Amino acid sequence: MSVTAPLRRTSLYDAHVALGARMVPFAGWEMPVQYEGVIAEHRAVRSIAGIFDVSHMGQIETSGPDALALLQRLLSNDVARLGLGGAQYSVLCREDGGVLDDLFTYQLAPGQYLTVTNAANHERDLDWFRSQADGFDVELYDRAGDYAMLAVQGPLAREIVQADANSPLPERMTVASRIIGGNPALVAGTGYTGEDGVELLLDPDAAPVVWEALTRRGARPAGLAARDTLRTEVCYHLYGNDLSTERGPIEAGLGWCCKEDTGFIGADAVRAARENPPPEKLVPFVLTAEGIARPGDAVVGGGVVTSGTFSPSLEVGIGMAYLPLEHAGEGSEFEIDVRGRTRRARVVKRPLYAHA
Amino acid sequence: MAEASYPPELLYHPEHDWARVEGEVATFGITWHAQDALGEIVFVETPAVGTQLSANEAYTEVESVKAVSDVFAPLTGEVIETNAQLAAKPELINEDPYGEGWLVKVRIADASEAGGLLNRDAYVATLDE
Repeated sequence: MSVTAPLRRTSLYDAHVALGARMVPFAGWEMPVQYEGVIAEHRAVRSIAGIFDVSHMGQIETSGPDALALLQRLLSNDVARLGLGGAQYSVLCREDGGVLDDLFTYQLAPGQYLTVTNAANHERDLDWFRSQADGFDVELYDRAGDYAMLAVQGPLAREIVQADANSPLPERMTVASRIIGGNPALVAGTGYTGEDGVELLLDPDAAPVVWEALTRRGARPAGLAARDTLRTEVCYHLYGNDLSTERGPIEAGLGWCCKEDTGFIGADAVRAARENPPPEKLVPFVLTAEGIARPGDAVVGGGVVTSGTFSPSLEVGIGMAYLPLEHAGEGSEFEIDVRGRTRRARVVKRPLYAHA
Repeated sequence: MAEASYPPELLYHPEHDWARVEGEVATFGITWHAQDALGEIVFVETPAVGTQLSANEAYTEVESVKAVSDVFAPLTGEVIETNAQLAAKPELINEDPYGEGWLVKVRIADASEAGGLLNRDAYVATLDE
């Protein structure tokens, strides 16, 4: 059924190979899943700083007099509250509330917005943006080819990037243009690890020089495997696992980024779900005895694991699962069918991991 | 993790398992290639003593952070001892796959089955394909 297309490589491919990375196919790209080992990389991000190549992620620029109006229609959050130089998280919904993607949007200049897409969803998002733009005075640009993207994350991440920056880095949840390692970059105070840090959007040709500079200052290369364990520990959603067109933002626990009064596409469905909750809800869990649950494992009595891994910080199996509402309360005990073995689990408060 | 190694005195199963046959008893484990492909192993549950294993059938799983892999029995037999250290230190499989990272010892049911396993060179040849 599937057509095998050649995998795309980021501008850092040679750097990854030189570092001995294990390269794997991911959303049509050949990406580093690990370098020295996922546990060491995970711990480096929690204790020092890690640097991730996330150039597979896409970007859509929305510009023009009606840019705000179009984004307000497309994105679930109140885009009018996204100030100049601000960052905002939202979901992109269909009319029925099914989630097409989860996205960060930055306002770079008055009436100029950049939205970061998940690699696997980029083309669909772009088509969706274009299909909804009739009647709006906007220009939509596919910027995916224009940016490499590096995430530098960890307690020392800002210090490391600051040492190669021309002026103070933007605060958390803001974005600004800076010179990093001699190259222009958009610097955003965002990330996907639960640590402080920044994400850099820059010319793909400049990325290897900046990568080299930041790794020399102590940012440890970290792969997609560590990115996944880090984000799972802090209960950040992964599209395709925890989010899909079959689930709405309310059951996914993303009601906080949905502002129905803005009239975004899907607002009516989201309002209805808020008033009359869907039968299942996404909750974080830990395994209370041995075992590791994996995505797709069934919850005994109903429900499904959508994220599941070993936590390098907690050293137990953790994850997120859609559970029937009546069993989804904090402290609720349940069982997971892990490939034929029953494993015990408990619903816990998010995040699963927080700095002591 | 150490360099690739495949001791010549072991017998190999194409699913990346090894057997060390000593009289009526054989020790089983997974090969350097298997542990390297998985990455850092964080969980393994060995079968109970007394469990009957059948050649070519999965008898347990080893799990890394990202992946789960079946472990196949190279030979038929009954488990007479398990590596109790692995519950607390599953990483021994990475550190010493043919030594401290062994999984189970079995009493072999049919010594002639060993003739169906691969020697070192034949196994290593399967890795180059």
